Amino acid sequence: MNKVIEIRECSAAYGENAVLHKVSLTIEQGELVVIIGPSGCGKTTLLKMINGIVTPTEGKVTVNGEALASCDLVALRRQIGYAVQGAKLFPHMTVRDNICYVPGLEKKMTTEEKQCMAERMLEMVQLPAQLAGRFPRQLSGGQQQRVGIARAMAADAGILLMDEPFGAVDEITRKGLQEELLSLQEKTGVTIVFITHDIDEAFKLGSRILIMKEGCIWQEGTARELTEAPRDVFVRKLLNR
Amino acid sequence: MQILQIFWDRRELFATCLLEHIRISLTAVLCAGILGILTGILISRHKKAAGVALGVVNVIYTIPSISLLGFLIPLTGIGNRTAIIALTVYGLLPIVRNTYTGLTTVDATILEVAEGLGSDGRQMLFRIRFPLALPVIISGFRNMVVMIIAMGGIASFIGAGGLGVAIYRGITTYNMTLTAAGSILIALLALVSDRLLSLAEKAVNRRYGIE
Repeated sequence: MNKVIEIRECSAAYGENAVLHKVSLTIEQGELVVIIGPSGCGKTTLLKMINGIVTPTEGKVTVNGEALASCDLVALRRQIGYAVQGAKLFPHMTVRDNICYVPGLEKKMTTEEKQCMAERMLEMVQLPAQLAGRFPRQLSGGQQQRVGIARAMAADAGILLMDEPFGAVDEITRKGLQEELLSLQEKTGVTIVFITHDIDEAFKLGSRILIMKEGCIWQEGTARELTEAPRDVFVRKLLNR
Repeated sequence: MQILQIFWDRRELFATCLLEHIRISLTAVLCAGILGILTGILISRHKKAAGVALGVVNVIYTIPSISLLGFLIPLTGIGNRTAIIALTVYGLLPIVRNTYTGLTTVDATILEVAEGLGSDGRQMLFRIRFPLALPVIISGFRNMVVMIIAMGGIASFIGAGGLGVAIYRGITTYNMTLTAAGSILIALLALVSDRLLSLAEKAVNRRYGIE
């Protein structure tokens, strides 16, 4: 299998506060890795290290065979989809312009090209094509979230980083989005790193689950491995929530 | 009634003064606008420079306009040029401050997403930061325009043209009607400009989906 993301002994800190301690992680093509852990455990920092928003204080991050420390970060980021909690769509752009944001960074697109791409992506996340001309604030939370995912996917990225993308939507919508993400991944074979604080979501989505605690990867494995052999009370508590 | 009469009787004087006033104000607005927005963009990237620059424009703002004009005379002489410089300098505060505030108060997570999606520095500024800051920048611009037009009235004290000439002439010849007429025209000019700018503001907001 092809190693897509490789994090080797990386530490990170915000000022004086160390948040990650020599974390190592290898992710292969087509995996759906879910990271779970209490807030402040460093999961978001770990994710942001993959697209270079956070620079590790030590250690090395390699994505698609390129070392982040020495490659063109802007170009690399365009190959990595990024979706966050609450979607954070650009409020001054229509849904169409939001979806076409990343391809539009590379080349100038005509409105027809954008419309065409937007419709294709909207269909993928199961939204009606009429939404293309709307502004984000005219959409419901769930719709915004889907557009956020469409924006992340439109880059035709091989890697998708998702930071609690379904955190702000209601239970029913979340179930739907989870199903869609799974079928999307099956169709496209994209590598996904997904953060959540919901253990059910982690079990449902993850082909591999990483449990983080205090800036370290505490335990990792499939849902089954974790339930059968939890490392300690902390993991057991997390699983039985 | 008297005022309407005087508008008609001295229509040539008022027409020249009004045009001159518009010319001076417009020049100052363009200078202050360009300079102010550029300064705002520059200082939005350097916290330290921002403190200094905002301090300086604030201090300038507190200098009484009449004395600023006085200070400028030995440097740039009398006339329209000095007036334009003084008005430009005054106009800087609202536009620099609003540009800076607008650019630095954009939602940090939106910026992070834009960066994470692969925007380079220029794209961050022109596609994300600037359009999101635009409503705040425009309101600073409106402030500046009204201020410059109003303050333009004093410019005639150092020999510049504009409606101040009518006001000044009214004062020196005890002709209150003339003074009032000049003042009213300045106020009207400011109001009309503000109205026009508010229409522009609405158009921009529609373009960016804020309403």
